[in-house]
Amino acid sequence: MTGPVAALLDDGRLHLQHGPIDLIIGVEAPDDATCRIAYRAARDRFATVLDELVPELPLLRAPLGAAPQGQIARRMHRACGTVAQGDFITPMAAVAGSVADTVLSAMLAATPLIRAHVNNGGDIALHLAPGAEYRAAIAGLDGQLAGQITLHATDGVGGIATSGQGGRSLSLGIAGAVTVLARDAATADAAATLIANAVDLPGHPAITRQPACDVWPDTDLGARPVVTHVAPLPPADIARAMSHGVTRAQAMIDTGAIAAAALVLQGQGVTVGDFEDGATALKERSLSYA
Amino acid sequence: MPDDNAPNPTSEKIRCDACPVMCYIADGKAGACDRYANHGGTLVRLDPLTVIQGGAQAVAFLDQGENAQDWDGDVIQGNRTFVTAVGAGTTYPDYKPAPFIVSQQVEGVDMVTVVTEGIFSYCGVKVKIDTDRHIGHERAIVRVDGEAIGHVMTAEYGSKMLSLGGVEHLTGGSKKEGRVTCDALMRLCNREPVEMQIDDGVTIVVQAGHAPIINGTPEKLMRVGCGSATIGMFAKQWYGHVDEVVVVDDHITGVLSEHEAGKGLDMRLSGIKVKGRKSTPGRYFQVADPGTGWGGTNVEDPLTILKPADPKLAWPGLRLLMISTTGEQWAYYILDENLVPQPADITPPLLATAERIAENCEPSLCSVLFMGGAGGSLRAGVTENPVRLTRSVKDALTYVSCGGAEAYVWPGGGITVMADVMDMPTNSFGYVPTPALVAPIEFTLRLADYAALGGHVDHVRPVETVLTPAIRKVLPNISQPDPHDPQNYRWRPDRKGRRG
Repeated sequence: MTGPVAALLDDGRLHLQHGPIDLIIGVEAPDDATCRIAYRAARDRFATVLDELVPELPLLRAPLGAAPQGQIARRMHRACGTVAQGDFITPMAAVAGSVADTVLSAMLAATPLIRAHVNNGGDIALHLAPGAEYRAAIAGLDGQLAGQITLHATDGVGGIATSGQGGRSLSLGIAGAVTVLARDAATADAAATLIANAVDLPGHPAITRQPACDVWPDTDLGARPVVTHVAPLPPADIARAMSHGVTRAQAMIDTGAIAAAALVLQGQGVTVGDFEDGATALKERSLSYA
Repeated sequence: MPDDNAPNPTSEKIRCDACPVMCYIADGKAGACDRYANHGGTLVRLDPLTVIQGGAQAVAFLDQGENAQDWDGDVIQGNRTFVTAVGAGTTYPDYKPAPFIVSQQVEGVDMVTVVTEGIFSYCGVKVKIDTDRHIGHERAIVRVDGEAIGHVMTAEYGSKMLSLGGVEHLTGGSKKEGRVTCDALMRLCNREPVEMQIDDGVTIVVQAGHAPIINGTPEKLMRVGCGSATIGMFAKQWYGHVDEVVVVDDHITGVLSEHEAGKGLDMRLSGIKVKGRKSTPGRYFQVADPGTGWGGTNVEDPLTILKPADPKLAWPGLRLLMISTTGEQWAYYILDENLVPQPADITPPLLATAERIAENCEPSLCSVLFMGGAGGSLRAGVTENPVRLTRSVKDALTYVSCGGAEAYVWPGGGITVMADVMDMPTNSFGYVPTPALVAPIEFTLRLADYAALGGHVDHVRPVETVLTPAIRKVLPNISQPDPHDPQNYRWRPDRKGRRG
């Protein structure tokens, strides 16, 4: 069995990997010594991450219920509780974001940093000191740029997560990608999952579904039908599916659980939420990637 | 292609043990990491095309405190990229152009690298095992699961050698012999441990880059020299602290006072006599049988190789040190009034010499060199005129590498290469059910030379086009020459002297 590995990439970022977890970590610090302290803290915290999660996997793959014990597992549980609003969800919906948050916290506990990000396969935990800014780009599924956003410390956004058909996880919905900005990566991760699930047209003939457990035996979704293929949809159907997602996203924004969301389905994009406080809005941009 | 050895195509799920998540993976699916998959009931590593990229530095995990590594500092110059054949996929039977023919400018010269995973029916490994222990006689058959996969070949200095695989075991024997041989070769080449039994010899676990495990005991050190050489090296350090030293060795056992080195120090002859056949003074062959005891002999009690001391020369109180060629075993005696050696407490200066012998021994390692021949069909993937590729390699216009590692090209006909698996990216090797090994091989040459030898120039792509996010990037191996280095080639006046 292979253990955790660390490598410094040529652009100065740190790569940590263990089993299915790949983290790319970037740090901006006043000097190299501070950067090294942060990277060592990240590496040390990461060493046990997978081993902490594995014993509780059965509980974490079950519908949200009893609280787990582990630090990361509790973070997953809490994030899902914040956005569930009665929907089906398992703590696994927030696993990537929770790992990113945990490693970011470990770095910040070790040393102050100007900027830092922990990117766990597209789910990003973000730290910005006052005055610092972070520019993120949303890539379309074909590799083209679908949108950009600039975040500042005052935005209160500490997590960016994306879910949908373009990702590695199974989805109950048809969204190509749903990107969520929230106070931390765990919340953004869980929210993106639920909004992507909501972008759907139940019973539509263009959508192929399969029981999740037939696609991946270890799934947390059991026999629930996951979307395996979406044929091209007419514009009216795209709009209808998107409206379901927008409603779901707005409900989360209303409770303060998330800051904003961007939804993409078959070349059509829409954003929800308020970006007025200094952030460059996704709102007016075309998210088309066709 | 016929696939009569393929595993039973049941839709059994398998448990992946590559990481603690222990995914349950259905046939044809990958685990949560997308790195491991179930391929017909077998867990396989999904290796993307592997690219060696300059500029990155690996750090050991959990390397802290005193051993903490410096994070900054770029050990590699430049950002040149070399596309290896690992994960390139193969065109079997190679009548199509190789999967990747990539070009990039290096110092103003358009260089082409033809990348293919060759299927080597004619291939095997040469294994060097650093040990003096007797593992089996020369020509003894080496077996895995009872199947012959190769044999013990000519021993080298301080090392035993195995020649494994080859066409006679892969396809010349029974189907099971071929399958077992292919599997053992692949595991050895992928740096995994393989347990082998040697006829009338030992059970040995060989793993590239690791010490051999012989009859369950990991080997530690390679001998500092034969018994006679050890006497020569340490005579001065023993002088004055001891009256006689016997260095026990399966090859040549040395006896200090008789040895040229002892004579040079005017040592008094001790009258200690060893068994075996005298070669020259102080040097004895065959003091015992080969084995896994002292110095590669079967000796466990060193006194068993001594004959009664010569009463005309020996004296009571004579101090005798017996030691092996690695310094790992030693015993100290003082002769009693009957001239019989009695165990005694070793003195600190003598103990220091034992430790110094051990210090001067190199760690025992297993080295695995892949050896294979690029046959006609593989060469056809490179050019329409396969023999021109052979000539181009011989003429040093084409540089051959295996997974980016320097390949030694044998003189004579064909393109028969050897490469150290430790210099290649991990998991570079695969297999086809023929059975044959799939190994990466790259040919690098000038674009103009490639055109001249009838290369598939219309399939040349800029290197950037194969650098997709799906590729696997590995660090350059700084011990290996850069395949693009113009000094590898004949057309460069200051070429390094290689291949005549």
